[in-house]
Amino acid sequence: MSKMTNAALEFRNIDILFDRSGRRGAIEAALARLDAGETREEISRALKVTVGVAGANLAVARGEISVLMGLSGSGKSTLLRAANRLNQPVRGEVRIGNGSAWLDIARCDDDTLRALRKTRIAMVFQQFGLLPWRSVRDNVGFGLELRDMAPSIRKEIVEEKLELVGLSNWADARVHELSGGMQQRVGLARAFATDADILLMDEPFSALDPLIRRKLQDELMDLQKRLKKTILFVSHDIDEALKIGSHITIMREGRIIQTGTPDDIALRPVNDYVAEFIRHMNPLPTLLASTFMRHTQDLPLRPDGMLDGGTLALSPEGRVVHIAGQERVLRAFQEWEQGAVCVVPAKMSLGEVIALRQRSGFPVLVEDEGALVGVCDDADILQALSGERRYGVPVL
Amino acid sequence: MTAPEQWITDHKIPVGTAMAAMIDMVRHYGLGFFDAISDGIGACVDGLTISLLSVPPLLLVAAAVVGAWYLHRSWALVALIGLGLLFIINQGYWNETMATLSLILFSTLCCMAIGVPLGVASAHRARLAQVLHPVLDLMQTLPTFVYLIPTLILFGLGTVPGIISTIIFAIPAPIRMTQMGIARVPRALIEAGEAFGATERQILWKVELPAALPMIQAGLTQCIMLSLSMVVIAALVGAGGLGVPVVRALNTVQVDVGFESGFVIVLLAVMLDRLCRSKESAS
Repeated sequence: MSKMTNAALEFRNIDILFDRSGRRGAIEAALARLDAGETREEISRALKVTVGVAGANLAVARGEISVLMGLSGSGKSTLLRAANRLNQPVRGEVRIGNGSAWLDIARCDDDTLRALRKTRIAMVFQQFGLLPWRSVRDNVGFGLELRDMAPSIRKEIVEEKLELVGLSNWADARVHELSGGMQQRVGLARAFATDADILLMDEPFSALDPLIRRKLQDELMDLQKRLKKTILFVSHDIDEALKIGSHITIMREGRIIQTGTPDDIALRPVNDYVAEFIRHMNPLPTLLASTFMRHTQDLPLRPDGMLDGGTLALSPEGRVVHIAGQERVLRAFQEWEQGAVCVVPAKMSLGEVIALRQRSGFPVLVEDEGALVGVCDDADILQALSGERRYGVPVL
Repeated sequence: MTAPEQWITDHKIPVGTAMAAMIDMVRHYGLGFFDAISDGIGACVDGLTISLLSVPPLLLVAAAVVGAWYLHRSWALVALIGLGLLFIINQGYWNETMATLSLILFSTLCCMAIGVPLGVASAHRARLAQVLHPVLDLMQTLPTFVYLIPTLILFGLGTVPGIISTIIFAIPAPIRMTQMGIARVPRALIEAGEAFGATERQILWKVELPAALPMIQAGLTQCIMLSLSMVVIAALVGAGGLGVPVVRALNTVQVDVGFESGFVIVLLAVMLDRLCRSKESAS
């Protein structure tokens, strides 16, 4: 965590416990047991105290999308909701940058908390959380209305945000007249309207059907390019996490298992649990050529001085390619022609590599910064598809 | 009679006499207070009746029709209100209807003014709800005539004991409905309010009350209907209105008067019910 000095939001040693017993001292007793290393089940059974989150440390850098991943009950939403104290942490700090100093959301007074919620931290909900008796416009203006902002200024901001999410024509509609995807756009516009720099998104797209979900993910990423918000995003969908997250945090039973970039998670899972998650992802759009290709420097040398790439042979400097004893021309994938071997950039996805492999009929070569760096043959593609990843392969 | 039975009957627990003694004491010490309440309520209701009667009936019918159109934009409702009121004039029960209307309006106003805040408070405080629950049950199940006697003693004969009994009978409806409405506001909506920095007061006014409004409105309609069902009983203790001809018809076995006034009460109930229903549930 120490390397992130530019954190906009930081969780430090967060414990969140829920008392179901109603007895005094139950929380303290549970904390003692937690510190003694007892598991969630043991504590729950003995004390009727639910451990939502235990010992969570996470920093969210300014302007990034950080995704909390996990199965239901893993504590990801619980941790997210500590960021605006919808859940009160029992121990630990939730730091939010405030000028050159920082504030502890978990312990600040109610007025400060309300001020933060009004101006700094906005939230988007899984079930949208829109007020059904209000029009779209009045829902978007809800946060501003709570600030007692003058209606004329409010109207201006609301129109602008409706424009941003493409709902200008629906301003006077009732919320229930809108489809799920549109309702969540209202939720987004409402969050954007307060001009908060931190957005908390609690599985915002989970209630939508897959097509709309993907569309809204794209829209969110487009908006994010312009708005540069700090976003903490909860998801149970590994594909969604890999697609939109700049950092992904995997949680299990209230604890953080691994935090890292999508590549870290996909290629260097710290344990079988994370690896299991990755196995279930859709590899076609997420796996990049650089992660499943065979590196040229790993290819064995043939007696004739060429590198052995299976069905194809490659000259060490990467200029000449032989297939079945015949020399073949190399062409970049945009300029590919019949009979040529296709060369793709290292950032090309598995799905596209497969398409080009089929079109050319030959293995695909991978280049990076003008040099050939790897080969994607059928065996490499099948291995990538099968979910058997080569752990520990450095990413370009 | 066996000895144990004899012993049980001999040692009667003085429930009735205790209540009587309590009412007596309340009356003894609170005479001025109850007289003041009696005078105040009486003046309000009578004033309302007089002002309703000071308007020419046809003008009031026209106003009611316009009001109905303005509220619901429905020709069926306008026709019902117009024809219904004209029928009441035709049958010669206009004065009684206005007296009953002012009685109902006043008691409903009191019920809502007390019931809604109490409902909100009990939705927010589990302890209060616990205390209130058996009290409301008691108010709804205790036979009306039982508390008619002490109200008669405390407030004297006339409109006021009728109104007080009506309020006791009808007020559980708005309290219960408000409480239920507020308690059923989805947690997600309240959290949405909290997440955007709403104060408790803002959550109440901008989230909870609008969300509970259909239930509160249902409570209002119920309250009016319950008040109307007390009209005849109120007439027994001397309140004016449509209950009077019913009671008179009962005493003198007049079938025609009984049915006429009965129909007018039903008609008034139907008109008020349709008028107070929310647009969604009416369509």
